[in-house]
Amino acid sequence: MAKPPDCSHCQKPATIHLTQIINNQIKKLDFCENCPHQKGVTDPTGFSLAQLLAQNDLSASTGADGSLTCSACGFSPSDFKRLGRLGCPECYESLGDFISPMLEKMHRGTHHTGKCPDELLARIQITRRIEAIEKALREAIEEEAYEEAARLRDELKALQNTQVSGNVNYG
Amino acid sequence: MPRTFYANMQIQPLIDGRSELTHAAEPPQEVIISTRVRLARNLQGHAFPGWAKAAQRRAVLSECEETIAGLAQMQKGAVLEIENLSDLEKQVLVERHLISRELSAHGAGSGVVVSPDQSTSIMINEEDHLRIQVLRSGYHFNDIWNAIDAIDSSLESSLNYAFSENLGYLTACPTNVGTGLRASVMMHLPGLVLANQMEKVVRAVNQLGMVVRGLFGEGSDASGSLFQISNQQTLGESEQDIIRRLGIVIETIKEQEINARLRLIENEPEKLADKIGRAYGILQHGHVLSSSEAMNFLSLIRLAVDCGLLPVEQRAQVDRLFLECQPGHIQFAAKENIDSDGRDTARARMLRKETGDMPSLNFDKLAFS
Ligand SMILES: [Zn+2]
Ligand SMILES: [Zn+2]
Repeated sequence: MAKPPDCSHCQKPATIHLTQIINNQIKKLDFCENCPHQKGVTDPTGFSLAQLLAQNDLSASTGADGSLTCSACGFSPSDFKRLGRLGCPECYESLGDFISPMLEKMHRGTHHTGKCPDELLARIQITRRIEAIEKALREAIEEEAYEEAARLRDELKALQNTQVSGNVNYG
Repeated sequence: MPRTFYANMQIQPLIDGRSELTHAAEPPQEVIISTRVRLARNLQGHAFPGWAKAAQRRAVLSECEETIAGLAQMQKGAVLEIENLSDLEKQVLVERHLISRELSAHGAGSGVVVSPDQSTSIMINEEDHLRIQVLRSGYHFNDIWNAIDAIDSSLESSLNYAFSENLGYLTACPTNVGTGLRASVMMHLPGLVLANQMEKVVRAVNQLGMVVRGLFGEGSDASGSLFQISNQQTLGESEQDIIRRLGIVIETIKEQEINARLRLIENEPEKLADKIGRAYGILQHGHVLSSSEAMNFLSLIRLAVDCGLLPVEQRAQVDRLFLECQPGHIQFAAKENIDSDGRDTARARMLRKETGDMPSLNFDKLAFS
């Protein structure tokens, strides 16, 4: 698992995490447990936690409907209000702004701390390695370092072959 | 598909087999009936069952069925597709806790694979693509966790699970995301019911983020004084922590139950003796018994065993009868179509036969003052 981020205020590990889109900017805020800065004090990004939560509730109940849909399966928050269930695993990412506040209310935490299968972790690591090589490859091509680019391309091909191919099967 | 009643019942081998719930390897204990853990899992790149089109559901079903049937734990197990089962067969499976009511209401594209001893069942295309369940008689969280973890890991090596580093296992309902784990214990709490304390217990348990349900889950009644206690939250806590916290709650409830029984024995021994005596008499001699009546009388017999009025060997019989007196099981055993009145008569007949040679009640153990 990735190392948990530190609190935006202290150096302690953060246990409270907020992601919020305000004025089209994604803000991520992390607080340690019982953080003295959590209440009252304005955070470095200029919003108090209370303000954030208020806005969170607002975006979840009004604005989002209709406009927000999952890019993978076409599911929208109004479908959730009707069915009480999500459309596909991608919805968690696509409809994150709608789902995150719910998760905070439902659960004891916002981060998974349980079983993390080796297979999946290995796959995540391969994906990350591929992303890094793709970036290096683009740079190599820009710099006209063709030998380096060829080497990276081979490495990339090898990694892509080890990746388990997921069947994408949406309607 | 027209189906001749009782011809080719696919579940007959399950009924005939020695299952964990009807023939547990270890003698049952007091207060705790069974322990269960389920994991919700989904496949990456596929819409959840409730949002998927029929063809997508069928694709997931055949992929999962094949993988699950290949598990070492599921060798010689039953692979059942919901659309091929009669209503009665589905009802029997629900009564055995092998499928949920939700799955039984689904049509094409849903199925279940059950291990030969019926301790493991994996539902396909219920609310999630996979619902893996391991159930054992008695209190066995460690063994169950090890067993289900191993099954999950082997499935994971062939299936591409939907998993996020941040949110864990992604599930159709946000209430299950993270570990996808629900751990639950079926408890027998007649002392707390008789002392009118269950409401208090339910409230206290809820405050700890746990839930109390009846025998068949949400909305089912509490006949037989049987209750399932389970965790509600799945994100932000590891599987071990969830199980450990639930374990503490279970221990506390068990203590409360035993205290309630001791108070009953001390304060109202005649009232308790009378309830047990009537239950015993009606089970041995009644001719019309509804399932909830039967459950309540069986519950009092289990309480009588715990109080020392009957030998401990009787517990296993009571636990088996809890299952076999359910409407679907009575109908299934009848081998012909009977109505509700007919079932009540058949149930009473079965219970007369089963309890006919039960040892007599040793009321001395209640130590009347
Ligand atoms: Zn802090
Ligand atoms: Zn989606």
